[in-house]
Amino acid sequence: MAQPSLSVKKEKPEHHHFVDADQQFEASKMGVWIFLVTEILFFGGLFAAYIVYRAWYPELFIAASDELDVFWGAVNTVVLISSSLTVAMAIRSVQLNQIKGLIINLWITISLAGVFMVIKYFEYAEKIGKGVLPGAHYTYDGVDHEKANIFFSIYYMMTGLHGIHVLVGISLMLWLVWKAKKGHFSSKYYNPVEGTGLYWHLVDIIWIFLFPLLYLID
Amino acid sequence: MATSDSPNIKKLQVRRYPPEENPKKTYLTEERGLWAWMTTVDHKKIGWLYLSSIAFFFFVAGVLALLLRTELLTPSQSFITADTYNQLFTLHGAIMVFFFLVPSVPAALGNFILPLQLGCKDVAFPRVNLLSFYIYVAGAIIVLTAIFTGGVDTGWTFYTPYSSSAAGGNIMMMTFGVFVLGFSSILTGLNFIVTIHRMRSPGLTWNKLPLFLWGLYATSVIQILATPVLAITLLLLTMERLLGIGIFDPAIGGDPVLYQHFFWFYSHPAVYIMIVPGFGIISEIITTFSRKHIFGYWAIALSSLAIAFIGFLVWGHHMFVAGQSSLANMVFSFLTFLVGIPTGIKIFNWVATMYKGSIDLKTPMLYAMSFLFLFMIGGFTGIMLGALSVDIHLHDTYYVVAHFHYVMMGGMVFAFLGGLHYWWPKMTGKMYNEFWAKISLLILFIGFNLTFLPQFVMGSLGMPRRYFNYLEQFQGYHQLSTWGAYLLGVGFVIMAVYLFHSMRNGKQAKANPWGSRSLEWQASSPPPLHNFEHHTPVIIHGSYDYHKPMSEFQLGIPTSHNGHGEEETVTPEPGPAEEADK
Repeated sequence: MAQPSLSVKKEKPEHHHFVDADQQFEASKMGVWIFLVTEILFFGGLFAAYIVYRAWYPELFIAASDELDVFWGAVNTVVLISSSLTVAMAIRSVQLNQIKGLIINLWITISLAGVFMVIKYFEYAEKIGKGVLPGAHYTYDGVDHEKANIFFSIYYMMTGLHGIHVLVGISLMLWLVWKAKKGHFSSKYYNPVEGTGLYWHLVDIIWIFLFPLLYLID
Repeated sequence: MATSDSPNIKKLQVRRYPPEENPKKTYLTEERGLWAWMTTVDHKKIGWLYLSSIAFFFFVAGVLALLLRTELLTPSQSFITADTYNQLFTLHGAIMVFFFLVPSVPAALGNFILPLQLGCKDVAFPRVNLLSFYIYVAGAIIVLTAIFTGGVDTGWTFYTPYSSSAAGGNIMMMTFGVFVLGFSSILTGLNFIVTIHRMRSPGLTWNKLPLFLWGLYATSVIQILATPVLAITLLLLTMERLLGIGIFDPAIGGDPVLYQHFFWFYSHPAVYIMIVPGFGIISEIITTFSRKHIFGYWAIALSSLAIAFIGFLVWGHHMFVAGQSSLANMVFSFLTFLVGIPTGIKIFNWVATMYKGSIDLKTPMLYAMSFLFLFMIGGFTGIMLGALSVDIHLHDTYYVVAHFHYVMMGGMVFAFLGGLHYWWPKMTGKMYNEFWAKISLLILFIGFNLTFLPQFVMGSLGMPRRYFNYLEQFQGYHQLSTWGAYLLGVGFVIMAVYLFHSMRNGKQAKANPWGSRSLEWQASSPPPLHNFEHHTPVIIHGSYDYHKPMSEFQLGIPTSHNGHGEEETVTPEPGPAEEADK
């Protein structure tokens, strides 16, 4: 653990309270992983609510999920998976010290995230237009089930919270582009890029669970 | 400095660094001024920021408790209305739990001590540490605003459907404030886990890790696993009030017992967030003042983790009468009994540590012994409440209130105060008045028992908790309890006076006033800005090896740069060099 850091020549850390750059890299990576664990538990509460209500009202979930547009959901899935690829390419670029490649890949990822949000916006708008609102404000009568409002509460909470995470990811990547342009990153120091990449993969994975759970029930 | 002989054994040239007495340059003399304090990333100063905030909230919630007890002097209305009473007990509970108990040991004492015990300059993410303090402040401001714009009278548990539809006041803001606060707790836990994993000094292996750090480690694990669930629960509750999403509210089709499951999935582990670091403090104090190696090091270390683990499986015991299936009740009851095992292991090991030790009855030790006494009463009554048939009789009575306060105040607060008195010389560089500290402890101990022992009795006789009025037959117990509460208040005032006095006029503390072998005492009192200014500590013994000479606990290798950016070349100063094999 700390022993390797005693050997004679080591890269200097970015922040002085670390012994060397290796220790800093390992620490920040571990910090991000633990943060991702908390994120999973955060969404876990919603998944638990989903499981409970689906176990109680399986026919509701089948009926209500018909209201969701599988085509656009599938498009969004492809968009997010592609963005995971480009963020991985961004990390690869910075590892090879290709800052230009890093910036280009970040921009592609940001645009894909933007496409995701635009599609999500049209999906929401269509539903709100016909009265599919969460809980007490639900006025749509196309789903023949008295608890249809609960399904859409869960739908809005899950996708809404996920959407907020996408927005946070977009701002993080804009910040990375700004830092990269100022020459902050190199193959020797790219902890924030690595961390944001891990976060972005998590956002992607959560969507990969949300898509079948909400859209693809038969 | 380091030469490699073989892949596994590395020879290090170490020097002895006895801690400097009466240091001129300390973390208190550098980076002074309000702005420097508010923007500091130094873990010691952040510890102080937390300590002063939690002291403030402890004072506020303590005063609320005294008002509650005063109201309960008479069976009918004494001086406040029933609605005010409901708001007061809600605020007392919510502030004590979320603003005092949860951050008290980890964020205040832990922040200060953890890097010192690890021998590193700071926690892994100092800026995140400061951020977590400001998240705490933001949460506090939101909650205080909620109090002044309507208040909350749901009890600190915010049970639905009362909280989601019936109750007035500003519940949305209150729950949102606690939601924000949770992130502060998560970030502290994250920071500690990474720091313990990645920043240990050379030689500080897991089986030499001080037990306070094992306690903090177990606590941090609970913090990062449980707190996000509270966050989503409170977010759902907030949305319930804002949009009426109906997941918990039966009026719109939801299920209120689901809320209780969600809430207690966090809030039961949360009581272990509060008590487990207290266990860590007790381990440190008992071994230091018995001048003896801790008995059963691994048993104590692993029982902390066991408590953290089992703590996740017992939440259903809060819902024995809420309409859970009887199978679930039996399983949760059985799992609840299991918590008694690791806790019992700790108690026996602490007592065994004291056996044939050279016990020095200084104030921290007296706090630890009071803790053992009070916490055992709290623990055993908890086992009784875990028994199904007994719980149906005692559910929602003063018996539960008394049990909770014996664990949380008699256990956790006494452990916290023990830790505060133990590390006070390190934190301030000053000694407090031993005589007044003992007087205050005596008053607290008597006052505490006077307050809460009668509550066991009246609870078992059927006095329900949270009631504004009560039958006249309970008046004697209530009055005893109220006088006890006043006595507690007096004890805390005395403590505040002598601690403030010590800060201003206290005697200069030695670097290691208790003769401890633990690493934090090998820094000067108070420590310099970067903890171990000129060296990286090297650890060859466990921190409880009282049979080894003190000189072997003061080893280190010269640091090439002590935190001021530029690389300096340091030639080891001539001195008695010692060699350590690792």
